[in-house]
Amino acid sequence: MLNKTDRKLLAAVADLHTVPQGAFNIRKNGEGIMRRSTANIEIVPKADKPGIDILVKPGTKNESVHIPVILSAGLQDLVYNTFEIGAGSDVLVVAGCGIHNPGSSEARHDGVHEFFVRKGAKMKYVEKHYGEGRGSGERILNPKTIIEVEEGGVVELEMIQLQGVDQTKRDTEIKLQANSRLIVTERLLTSHKQEAESIITVELVGDDSSAQIVSRSVAKDDSRQLFHLNLRGYARCRGHIQCDSIIMHNAKVSSIPEISAYHTDAALIHEAAIGKIASEQLLKLMTLGLSEKEAEEAILEGFLK
Amino acid sequence: MLELRDVHVTANDETGTVTVLQGINLTLEDNKIYVMTGPNGGGKTSIAKTIMGIYRPSRGKILLDGADITEKSITERARLGIGYAFQQPPRFKGIKVKDLLKIAAGNDDNGLHCDLLYDVGLCAQDYLEREINSSFSGGELKRIEIASLLARKLKVAIFDEPEAGIDLWSFQKLTETFAGLREKYRGTLVIISHQERILRLADRVILVSGGRVSEITTPEKFLAEIEIVTADCRCRTDCIKGEVANA
Repeated sequence: MLNKTDRKLLAAVADLHTVPQGAFNIRKNGEGIMRRSTANIEIVPKADKPGIDILVKPGTKNESVHIPVILSAGLQDLVYNTFEIGAGSDVLVVAGCGIHNPGSSEARHDGVHEFFVRKGAKMKYVEKHYGEGRGSGERILNPKTIIEVEEGGVVELEMIQLQGVDQTKRDTEIKLQANSRLIVTERLLTSHKQEAESIITVELVGDDSSAQIVSRSVAKDDSRQLFHLNLRGYARCRGHIQCDSIIMHNAKVSSIPEISAYHTDAALIHEAAIGKIASEQLLKLMTLGLSEKEAEEAILEGFLK
Repeated sequence: MLELRDVHVTANDETGTVTVLQGINLTLEDNKIYVMTGPNGGGKTSIAKTIMGIYRPSRGKILLDGADITEKSITERARLGIGYAFQQPPRFKGIKVKDLLKIAAGNDDNGLHCDLLYDVGLCAQDYLEREINSSFSGGELKRIEIASLLARKLKVAIFDEPEAGIDLWSFQKLTETFAGLREKYRGTLVIISHQERILRLADRVILVSGGRVSEITTPEKFLAEIEIVTADCRCRTDCIKGEVANA
């Protein structure tokens, strides 16, 4: 059922080299092709629209669920996934989408992921995007992620796109209740004529909630990037946005951090920087024996790690 | 052995072309420690950067073990065994201390990395996994810079004001490390410094001022001359104070 290309895509987006331990659902070309639930994590297909419900029982600890999507043809796929992360649980969710487009038609995946992270639950969500294929058809990925974090919940998001996606619009909305915590790590690399847009809106609505967003990107060739990172503090809360971009060649990067406070005890910070690789960094690594190209690669690799 | 023969370096600024180095002639022998000192802006760092290939001579030659390396790039010189620890090292977002030491040493021998950090007065447990970013103080950054050079097997190692920004306790450790290099290091060691304790480590002190090598001497003789100049200054100061008091 999975061919060599599928396996390569799965390895790229979900580090899957074999059928994963725990619960999983693999979606290929618009259809669920492999699925497994476990005693604590149930995966149920939606009856009214394409997609699945993932139900994590309260108290589930140290379990994972993989739900990668792969496209190996020029088609448009739209999916709605809903996650119920039970109170007090601690789980890893690995999503991601890989596209192999060998043809001239557009291959596009739009995913809407909705999470309910219940009281005291902890979730790490990893979403990787990857594209390949020699066809002229565009590879497009538009994820929409909505997360509601209840009291005391902890959510860690890793959003990574480093290769082969021609167009992406990533829209992420998160609401944090009292004592909940959010850590977002975003890594983005664009090249050629690729375009990427990332909108992250975080609402800190509960007292002592906190959010940290660290976004790093590299824009090469003629690519375009737009970041709109938005923190809104409605309670006694802390938030920090750090958005760094390295710009190269003829690329264009726009970074629009926005912080809004609606409470006197909201403490919000944003930092944004765009610049080329510092020549001192290149010189330092060259004095250690790296060529200029190797030095540049080492700096970019470290920056996007 | 490294030789600089009649090396001139020029640079362009808003006033036009400025001469940075004027006819530098130096022979730096193997297994010797040289301390380069002199007034600020005199040309010490420019000599170091010219040896490393960061600055290109407008005239003259640089020879390493008799081979002309004047036209070699920074990378080529590094691969031939020349190393330079920057006076103001850069910070890197994303590159960790262990990554830098891996690049420098050419391996990820954790034990070696720990030893290198110990030699510069840092605890590996606290530093190996840290990014070399703005969270580092100037002194910490400097010590990591020195460790990155100690990691390499070099024919010529140049340390540019290694003591700058380093606290007294770590400076003591650093001095011991340089003293220890005399025993185990088989190449040429060049340290740019103004510190007496570093000067005393030297086989030869090179005084650089006005873009020229003014004097090459022993540390004893150099420090004795400094004593005379200092005493003279003190005497002049006392005289002025006396004149003011009697006025």
